[in-house]
Amino acid sequence: MSDIETPVTVRITVDGQPVDARPGELVIDAAERAGVYIPRFCYHPRMKPVGMCRMCLVEIDAGRGAALQPSCMIPVSPDMTVVTDSERTRKAQEGVLEFLLINHPLDCPVCDKGGECPLQDQTVAYGPGESRFVEEKRHYEKPIPISGLVQLDRERCILCDRCTRFAKDVAGDPLIHFQGRGSSTEVNTFPDEPFSSYFSGNTVQICPVGALTASSYRFRARPWDLEETSSTCRTCSVGCSVTVQSSRNEVLRQNGVDNDAVNWGWLCDRGRFDMESGRSDVRLTDPLVGGTTARWSDALGAAVAAIRATIEAHGPSSVALLGGARLTNEAAYAWARLAKGVIGTDDVDCQLGDGLPADLVLGLPRATIADACTPKGTIVLVGPDVKEELPVLYLRLRHAVVEDGATLVELGHGRTGLSRYAARTSYAHPGGDLVERARLVAKDLDESGPITVVFGRTSLAEDPAVLAEVAAIFLAKGARFLPALRRGNVFGALDAGLAPGLLPGRRLLDDAGPATAVWGSTPAAIGRDATAILTAAAAGEVKVLLLVGADPVADGPDRALAETALERATVIAVDTFLTESGTRADVVLPAAGPSEVDGTVTNLEGRVQRVNRKVTPPGTARPDWMIAVELADRLGVEFPQDPDALLAELGAVADGYADVASALDRNPDGVLVTGACPLPATPTARRAPAPSGSTLRLVLTDSLYDAATQTAQSPSLAPLAPGTVARLNPADASALRVEAGTVVSLASARGAVDLPVVVDDGVPAGAVAVAANQPDCQVNRLLDATWPVTDVRLEVRR
Amino acid sequence: MTEETVVAAGPPPIVRIVTQRFDHPDSHTLDRYVATGGYEALRKALAGSPGAVVDEVKSSNLLGRGGAGFPAGTKWGFTPPGVWPRYLVVNGDESEPGTYKDRQLMERDPHQLIEGCLLACYAAGLSQCFLYVRGEMALAQERVAKALNEAYAAGFVGRNILGSSFSVDIVLHWGAGAYIVGEETALIESLEGNRGMPRLKPPFFPAAIGLYGKPTIVNNVETLSNLPWIVANGADAYKQYGSETSPGTRMFALSGHVKRPGVYEVQHGVTTFRDLLYSPQFCGGIRDDNRLKMFIPGGGSAPWFFEEQLDLPLEARPVGAAGSMLGSGAIVVMDHTTDAVKACLRVVRFYARESCGKCTPCREGTNWLETILQRIVDGHGRPSDLDKLLDIGDNISPGPYPAASWTDGGLDAVPFPPRQTTICPLGPSSVAPVVSALRRFRPEFEAKITKRSVNIPLHVEREGTRV
Repeated sequence: MSDIETPVTVRITVDGQPVDARPGELVIDAAERAGVYIPRFCYHPRMKPVGMCRMCLVEIDAGRGAALQPSCMIPVSPDMTVVTDSERTRKAQEGVLEFLLINHPLDCPVCDKGGECPLQDQTVAYGPGESRFVEEKRHYEKPIPISGLVQLDRERCILCDRCTRFAKDVAGDPLIHFQGRGSSTEVNTFPDEPFSSYFSGNTVQICPVGALTASSYRFRARPWDLEETSSTCRTCSVGCSVTVQSSRNEVLRQNGVDNDAVNWGWLCDRGRFDMESGRSDVRLTDPLVGGTTARWSDALGAAVAAIRATIEAHGPSSVALLGGARLTNEAAYAWARLAKGVIGTDDVDCQLGDGLPADLVLGLPRATIADACTPKGTIVLVGPDVKEELPVLYLRLRHAVVEDGATLVELGHGRTGLSRYAARTSYAHPGGDLVERARLVAKDLDESGPITVVFGRTSLAEDPAVLAEVAAIFLAKGARFLPALRRGNVFGALDAGLAPGLLPGRRLLDDAGPATAVWGSTPAAIGRDATAILTAAAAGEVKVLLLVGADPVADGPDRALAETALERATVIAVDTFLTESGTRADVVLPAAGPSEVDGTVTNLEGRVQRVNRKVTPPGTARPDWMIAVELADRLGVEFPQDPDALLAELGAVADGYADVASALDRNPDGVLVTGACPLPATPTARRAPAPSGSTLRLVLTDSLYDAATQTAQSPSLAPLAPGTVARLNPADASALRVEAGTVVSLASARGAVDLPVVVDDGVPAGAVAVAANQPDCQVNRLLDATWPVTDVRLEVRR
Repeated sequence: MTEETVVAAGPPPIVRIVTQRFDHPDSHTLDRYVATGGYEALRKALAGSPGAVVDEVKSSNLLGRGGAGFPAGTKWGFTPPGVWPRYLVVNGDESEPGTYKDRQLMERDPHQLIEGCLLACYAAGLSQCFLYVRGEMALAQERVAKALNEAYAAGFVGRNILGSSFSVDIVLHWGAGAYIVGEETALIESLEGNRGMPRLKPPFFPAAIGLYGKPTIVNNVETLSNLPWIVANGADAYKQYGSETSPGTRMFALSGHVKRPGVYEVQHGVTTFRDLLYSPQFCGGIRDDNRLKMFIPGGGSAPWFFEEQLDLPLEARPVGAAGSMLGSGAIVVMDHTTDAVKACLRVVRFYARESCGKCTPCREGTNWLETILQRIVDGHGRPSDLDKLLDIGDNISPGPYPAASWTDGGLDAVPFPPRQTTICPLGPSSVAPVVSALRRFRPEFEAKITKRSVNIPLHVEREGTRV
């Protein structure tokens, strides 16, 4: 605003020592950086300060005399003097702690927080030695469940406003708040409205006492019995930094770690609690051959025999591989080399027809989350509901819009979790005018700041080729792209080459680079993508199908196709659980789960981060990379024998990964891999037929809680799946004479399902929006993956 | 200490500025207001520049009547230039115990207040006015609403007022019944639709960042009600009355053990407490001619005064120097039949109930003070309780608490830097009666405690019997 140069530092004095603070920095932060810790409860570096708990009172003299001031509210000013250890400060802090403790139940021996409790710790460090309180303490019913995941003990609560501020200011879900007045103030939910935020677990993590506890962790361990390791969440492709805590070889808790580039310490509830699936009783513990338990050597032998026989009889492209998006980079690389370098097939796809063309994702100029969240920048959302699919990215984008003045423009097929923050929304009719609308939106974009397109599938029931046209429009505006693909390490799998026509390091097949030398050979021709692989398998052309952590029957967009394909082909499945596809497999190999392997993963920005093993896999389950190495060994090729060596070999064939291991040691927050493959020519999308008056066009979207393997196997999360409903525009609902709750039949040329109706004005007219992969309904029976759009007829069940 | 000496000295003559129309039964109507010179000040102001109004008010040295006593004209100058819109918020959430002067002004002369709002908006360049009336004042709400409708209909409020280019909307807002909303930042929070909890200041004062994050002037009802007279008659006329440092008149609400409780408008700074309490023009003495035991000079949060302070003038500085404050102009009188411990409990209980719960020392401390006092009154006091009460008070409001006869004097009523561990002064307000009562009447507390030879720590119901 002004040309006056702001000084780089502000010199203040803290306890007699000169400290160089940053302009605008809060006293509490400046002091902490200088090694002086000021006790606090309500202050949290990722939330706006409120100065409520009064624990951080210190004597601050900003020129008008020394006074007790909350150091979390006062920004530094030149020549400010701060005294944190004076008699007055000590008395005030002791007084505040005494006030906090008079009504605190002091049930530390049975409190989950005991041992890691800021109230406990700071009472020891700053509190009075004994209590003068002889009255009766405040009583509440304890604990009360405020959601399926979180329990609230109001007696322990010190009313610091952290959870309520988080819910309102960070998550945008103001479902818990203060009630009552004075000493009767309490945190609670609205009557009959649970704290059903996707981010509720964060309140447990930031609660400075044991007032908020997670149902999944209550009474399971004492903090001093926990061991922990840093890692990265693999539930979606955001790649949040976590710490995994276990006791007695069971993962009991996963907490967010503040990674400035990614998650700012937050996690979504799915990422936080789906570690429960790791300790499930129904994990796969032994290989299965023909449905019966087998020894590893027999199972691997059967798999190799099938692969070898098929290659010999029908050539390498009779073998295909689906999946790999849940693996580590090392495992993805091992499987990519196994398929492309050893078997010699390019029929490999880590997406199941529900993502974007791999060369488009890797060819577009990539943005980071920080790029997207640039203050005053423009975010164009063309893709899925980020709140449902990439929840922590939703938090970052929301913050950018609400706090940093970024402008959000939304383009899609109906209201999403971010719509209320959008400056402009443009909802296209599915299969209709998305490209035209993109042109209109692009014309008006503010080009003075960076433009970032958050880019993904707007509907799983629509041909993604349309999106390539949309991308080209924004590319011409100089936009960068943050691809919004959901599956855990899909970007690591793409970087490792688990896609048709691709080799490790974002290289196209015809530009093989060092892979030819290291591998000996690369596939001759570009292979098939997931839909084509399944079609070929259904037609008998693909004889052996390797499923690596993939469940095309339940989780793919075309159930009928996947069922036929799996019936005809010999299926070798590698997974942690026996999925619907796994039950149809000839050989099932049990794999290690997320906290059971070492390695690296790559998030949607291209940021590589480490995952670390915390517990051992159940039974005889093995890491995915080891299974690939074993298979390669039996096929006569020796692979590197551990994750470090695999990463080193990945570095040798993929430019961006060259020194990633040593770079990760220096940057625990992750290492950004850049580079892009040549952008493919924009394909011509198959034009959708004009909508007919008698049908509705299907919009298929993902929701956070679904029947995905880990979510469905986590007892806390499984009940949260919302179930399948048919969401209709009010105009369509009244034209069809259906009301909310009416059970209707949706029928396509492929199949039919029965669903209750929800009337929702966020759905465009002429469309029906349905959530994919819910436990109660097989919506993917309606789709044919080769259709450009899916039209359904709606009939009322009377 | 006889009444005759008082009468002989005689209080200064009665001057009525803001209560000038109170004797008319229809003083709240537009007809009466216009018939008695109403809205003439507005006409006069609109004929001149806004700066002229500011100069007139600054020159009159009108002090804010909300409690802090800050010069009104100076306050208007604190808004940062060039930031729009900017708001006037009228603090009609009068809820300090014993205070009921603003209620009279709103019930009996609402147009005077409206004209005052318009003058303030014109002078300080404010585009919109929010009139926040306390939720419990049903008649005041009715009268102000009716007056506002009349004023809109007559063209005094709204677009192009009296044919000028000056436009202001006045929005009426009713409170929901929380004492703390009388604190200006809590009032702003409440207006925005949030819980009425004070904001921390510094770093931001409402004049810079207030309602909806915009510059906001918060003025008291009585302050604004003075403006029409000042603009109509000039600052010099205003300064004829009252003292040099506190010109004009001021309203005081008298309650408690006096013969004629009520609201009195007196000359500011020259009239004394003794005049108010004993002069036949005002309260006419203590009920039943009893002895005065103590009186609260400025609302429940003010430290108590006693006989020795009766001859102090009703002016902020000398009252502050004597260890209390004039605050909201509420004087509560208690005669010698009053139980000091129970009186103390009664005031503390008010603050404990009204604490908003935002900051720890106030939320927990006021309630703890109340619980201990209740226990003492119930006969379960312990000798250690008295020093504990004082130390809890010290943890809410550290340092020597201003109290009458606290020896050296010279303590400001509202000291800066603030001597409080809380966000707003509500917490320290509960300390005032404790320190006052304990310093003066400690033997009464001790008697209550030692009445029982053995202090059995009985179970005390939190919601048990009350005094």
